[in-house]
Amino acid sequence: MLELMQQIINGLSLGAIYALIALGYTMVYGIIKLINFAHGEVMMVGAYVGFFSISVFGSHIIVAMIFAMLACGILGVIIEKIAYRPLRGATRIAALITAIGVSLFLQYTTVFFLTPQQRIFPQAAFTSQEYIIAGLSISNKDIFIFICAVTLMTILQYIIRRTKTGKAMRAVSLDRDAAVLMGISVDRTISITFAIGSSLAAAAGIMVGIYYSTINPLMGIIPGLKAFVAAVLGGIGIVPGAMVGGFLIGILETLVSGYGNSLYRDAVVFGVLIVILLVKPTGMFGKNDSEKV
Amino acid sequence: MKVLENKISQFIIKVLILSAIFTLVQYMLIAGHLSRFHEITLTSMCINIVLAVSLNLINGFTGQLSLGHAGFMAVGAYVSVVITNFYELPFIVGLLGGCLGAAIAGFIIGVPTLRLKGDYLAIATLGFGEIIRVLLQNINYVGGPAGISGIVKQTNWLWLFGSVVLTIIIIQNIVNSSYGRAIISVREDEIAAEVMGVNTTNYKVLAFVIGAMFAGLAGGLYGHYFYIIKPETFNFLKSFDILVMVVLGGLGSTTGAVIAAIFITILTAALQAFPAVRMIIYALILILIMIYRPQGLMGTKELSSRTFGKIWSGRK
Repeated sequence: MLELMQQIINGLSLGAIYALIALGYTMVYGIIKLINFAHGEVMMVGAYVGFFSISVFGSHIIVAMIFAMLACGILGVIIEKIAYRPLRGATRIAALITAIGVSLFLQYTTVFFLTPQQRIFPQAAFTSQEYIIAGLSISNKDIFIFICAVTLMTILQYIIRRTKTGKAMRAVSLDRDAAVLMGISVDRTISITFAIGSSLAAAAGIMVGIYYSTINPLMGIIPGLKAFVAAVLGGIGIVPGAMVGGFLIGILETLVSGYGNSLYRDAVVFGVLIVILLVKPTGMFGKNDSEKV
Repeated sequence: MKVLENKISQFIIKVLILSAIFTLVQYMLIAGHLSRFHEITLTSMCINIVLAVSLNLINGFTGQLSLGHAGFMAVGAYVSVVITNFYELPFIVGLLGGCLGAAIAGFIIGVPTLRLKGDYLAIATLGFGEIIRVLLQNINYVGGPAGISGIVKQTNWLWLFGSVVLTIIIIQNIVNSSYGRAIISVREDEIAAEVMGVNTTNYKVLAFVIGAMFAGLAGGLYGHYFYIIKPETFNFLKSFDILVMVVLGGLGSTTGAVIAAIFITILTAALQAFPAVRMIIYALILILIMIYRPQGLMGTKELSSRTFGKIWSGRK
């Protein structure tokens, strides 16, 4: 029982990271029905921005995080403007292929300029410490990741539920045409959605750096895919669903590594995805929409 | 009669052109005009053509975005190598076994996932492709993550050329048959097709299984040329590679897929020393084509003797 508790606690910080990334997927999907494949790469860029601001400028981890969030927010808006906006009227498959293209572009531009080698995330920014609470060991890394993630999610919920921008975002994702008629600037709202989603991914990128201690240009692929699974699990397009899905996938992954074979970890996550898609494609929190001709 | 004569003469011309290409390359190989590097490029080219044409049947003609083609290639490669190297059966049995294995995998994966649409299908096939890879990594019988090495080289120009021609002929004939019309109707409007009495699920699965089968063939050819197969080769980047060819050539154009496969292989060979640059170029090709020419180079048009005839006589 104690071991199970320990595994779940280990899973919570990983889950928090997945949840943050999944939020970006789900928000973008909710508003323009696009699986933003490049989202994992935005997270990677965030990790690198954090890495350089800590190692070169010696900034505090929180400052680095805010800086990375700003940088990636801008990156997200640029990606949307250049690559996705011209395709807004095109087929979904065309948009999806473009997203794959953007993702490859970010990966290999990073490889080109920063070499494919792994870098050690500066440990000086974060001295690791273990606490034993009621027989469970918790490290300050886990606590930091968890608190940061929950804070960011609370801010996000506040923006979506309580501000005018959030109201516009909800309106556009509900019915774009009606939103236009109500005087909402759709382009601006979509840009803001990308900015928010990408900055959450940047924060997640720094957390991945802290969690795994290394970063590399291709680090965004697998967490990106898993976060996408989390978004689908919770019901894609539904913000609370992405949070719950992220935590579930994180805990599931640590349980598989802890009790089973860690080599099967990725296969289990994808297996979960396929089961959800087959049983309830709309996810845990999704409502069933009938198909319209 | 005139039509028949025309068809016969066209057929003869095609056979002549194909045998000329075959003999020319065979002569250059025997006479030693091609270096080892050229030979490898030629082999990859043929394998890529088989992959692109078969994926085009699924993505282009049927309109079902599949991102798991490398997974089927992996199944074909492993099954054929196990047959030829572990059981020491002839190469042809290995290739057929690889095709069959990949087709079965395609059926098992296709039946449940093809109910999904658009991006969900893309993600599900991507997931399945990765699951195949992870499973192969964990099966010790086929060497786990290290894969199988020391495979006897049996793929030669005859096999490659034969496979390419066979793939193109079979897929073209399917596309031009009543099955093909049903398959294309699924792409154009699934609901309308269903209303017209087309059993859309059946046709989607059919296209998927045939596509997977030829991916298996490509895998078998690959395994018996490059001495070594390992699960990492068949990750989803390989699937993206094939997708780039199909998209570049035009979703729904077999000749487009062939041209794009040749182009991409040469590009890859030319940029071999700079893999990162190659991937950046890939990415830019994908993005720019989708923005400026979403239907690809050829669109759904085919390049045929008739097109040349039109250009020749100056008609439009």
